[in-house]
Amino acid sequence: MDYFIELLFSGLSRGAIYALIALGYTMVYGIIGLINFAHGEIYMIGAFTSFIVATVLSIYGFPLLAIVALAGVAAAIWAASYGLTIEKIAYKPLRHAPRLSPLISAIGMSIFLQNYVLLAQTSDFLPFPELIPEFAFMEPVAHIVGSSDLVILVTTAVAMLILTYVIKFTRLGKAMRATAQDRTMAMLVGINVNNIISATFIIGSALAAIGGLLIASHIGQINFYIGFLAGIKAFTAAVLGGIGSIPGAVLGSLILGLTESFATGYVSSDYEDVFAFSLLVLILLFKPSGLLGKAETQKV
Amino acid sequence: MKKVFVAATAICVALSAPLMVSANDTIKFGVAGAHSGDLASYGLPSVNAAKLVIDKVNANGGINGKQIELLVEDDVCKPEVATNTATKLVSDGVDVVLGHICSGATKAALPIYKDAGVLVMSPSATNPALTQSGDYPNFARTIAPDDAQAQVDVEFALNTLGYTKIAIVHDKGDYGKGFAEFAKKFLEESGKAEVVLFEGVTPGAVDYSAVVQKVKRSGAEAVMFGGYHPEASKIISMMRKKRLKADFISDDGVKDNTFIKVAGKNSEGAYASGPKDTTSNPLSIQAVKEHKEAFGSDPGAFFENAYSATLAMLNAIEKAGSTDLDALKKALQTEKVDTPVGSIYFDEKGDAIGVGFSVYQVQNGEFVEL
Repeated sequence: MDYFIELLFSGLSRGAIYALIALGYTMVYGIIGLINFAHGEIYMIGAFTSFIVATVLSIYGFPLLAIVALAGVAAAIWAASYGLTIEKIAYKPLRHAPRLSPLISAIGMSIFLQNYVLLAQTSDFLPFPELIPEFAFMEPVAHIVGSSDLVILVTTAVAMLILTYVIKFTRLGKAMRATAQDRTMAMLVGINVNNIISATFIIGSALAAIGGLLIASHIGQINFYIGFLAGIKAFTAAVLGGIGSIPGAVLGSLILGLTESFATGYVSSDYEDVFAFSLLVLILLFKPSGLLGKAETQKV
Repeated sequence: MKKVFVAATAICVALSAPLMVSANDTIKFGVAGAHSGDLASYGLPSVNAAKLVIDKVNANGGINGKQIELLVEDDVCKPEVATNTATKLVSDGVDVVLGHICSGATKAALPIYKDAGVLVMSPSATNPALTQSGDYPNFARTIAPDDAQAQVDVEFALNTLGYTKIAIVHDKGDYGKGFAEFAKKFLEESGKAEVVLFEGVTPGAVDYSAVVQKVKRSGAEAVMFGGYHPEASKIISMMRKKRLKADFISDDGVKDNTFIKVAGKNSEGAYASGPKDTTSNPLSIQAVKEHKEAFGSDPGAFFENAYSATLAMLNAIEKAGSTDLDALKKALQTEKVDTPVGSIYFDEKGDAIGVGFSVYQVQNGEFVEL
């Protein structure tokens, strides 16, 4: 039973990690129907920014809390500006192009950003400072869940609640929903669609950057390639939960994390990915829109 | 039609003529390996080693009156890129190749060199089958193979540390899994210890806590890991975070200072095998000094092996008087050469005789030979 609970928590914290990234995928898809494959790289850039800021600040002897806060803010702003720039350069000119073009542009952007960071920084793995200190919980709890697991879980929950609130109850959210429903119609009623899309990219990128900081601090290392696999997994999770749906992204991430954790625990970590992707195939077979996704009627 | 054919032939001959001349001008020395990407820290030292040796030889008039030309190609340690790298080098008319760095990439590239009759010598590819299968008569290496390494690690775990329950984890790659399988085989054959877990992890995965929990439940006293340092530092950090005190024993993919840098205090006490410490060898001291003077930094992983491989190949070319594969092989097997890793020659299969492994431990932030 102990073992089951340990695996449960390890799955939840892994799921929460995916969720922080998956939220960005799902938001962008929800608004403009584009899979932003460069999103994993935004997460990586967020991690690098917080790494640089945290290192500089710790040289000047700032207290840990200030370092975390400033690194988080810096990472969010920097990554958001990258997200915004990517949207302007790689996606906006292709908004009326066939669906395949922005997708390929996104993949190109992802490869470009990886190599850009590789050249600008280094190919080496860098030790990421432990920004969330490991609290010593009482012994039976200590090996089940650590403080960074908890922080990631809580951050994900808070991010999901805030996002849901913003989309359901604010003017921006209303405009976003309108844009998602019908871009031309939204434009006709006076919504600045371009601004709404930019806002989506900014929010998604800032979230990914916070995710980058938390995850890098949890794992303790970064390099230019960390965005790739994390991005693929988060994308899978978003599809699993129903891409376009915010609670769906979180639910899909948690299910994916739990599946991987239990597959590792009870079968073998050799088959971790086999189980994760079999689950994806099964869900797509029986509910093609994902767990919480709405079945869309294709506009003809 | 016939005219076109004649013209095409003429053009072909005209184009290939300058190539043939230049091929006789210099000895083309290829260096292939990971020069970018996450494993670049393994590949770049061999480029530096080749540069140092070749600059010195060229300054002294070259070999058999010919200058040596360096051709450097990146394979990012990926098998699919390595085949392109090899094709590029062969089409550039390379005579001998230092590399590749990773076993998987080496295995993919070797058939291409074999068809072209090019001698390949790796400073770091330790997969046993590369020499022992006999499939690649054009291959040699200046590092001992994985089975020798796994043997050293297993003997250390059984006889020095006295463990009876060992978990084996690997990264599913050619190198890591190969090492892990040999370790498992030797542990089971010894009859002294039980392999309580044998699993592969996905390189680059965000989180290894489930595997670590499994290790914990298996009751292993030690974890043997086959793979490279990025995964190793993640696993050992997660083990320490989860308060798992089991020892960590690994291979020379982990015996890299980046491992200590990234894992920090969590790496303290970890064991890793690596090539025998030859830092007291005067030739090795000399090579390291040259590196510091030329590049202003300490050489990285496999630098001595690459330096030695370069010396061994150049020596073989000099003694053989040509770059013909059979002549080179004969020279490698009969002519002893003094290198930073010791006085070496090669057996029929291509393994260097005179190099070996020993076990290191991380103590106070550096690897100390035990």
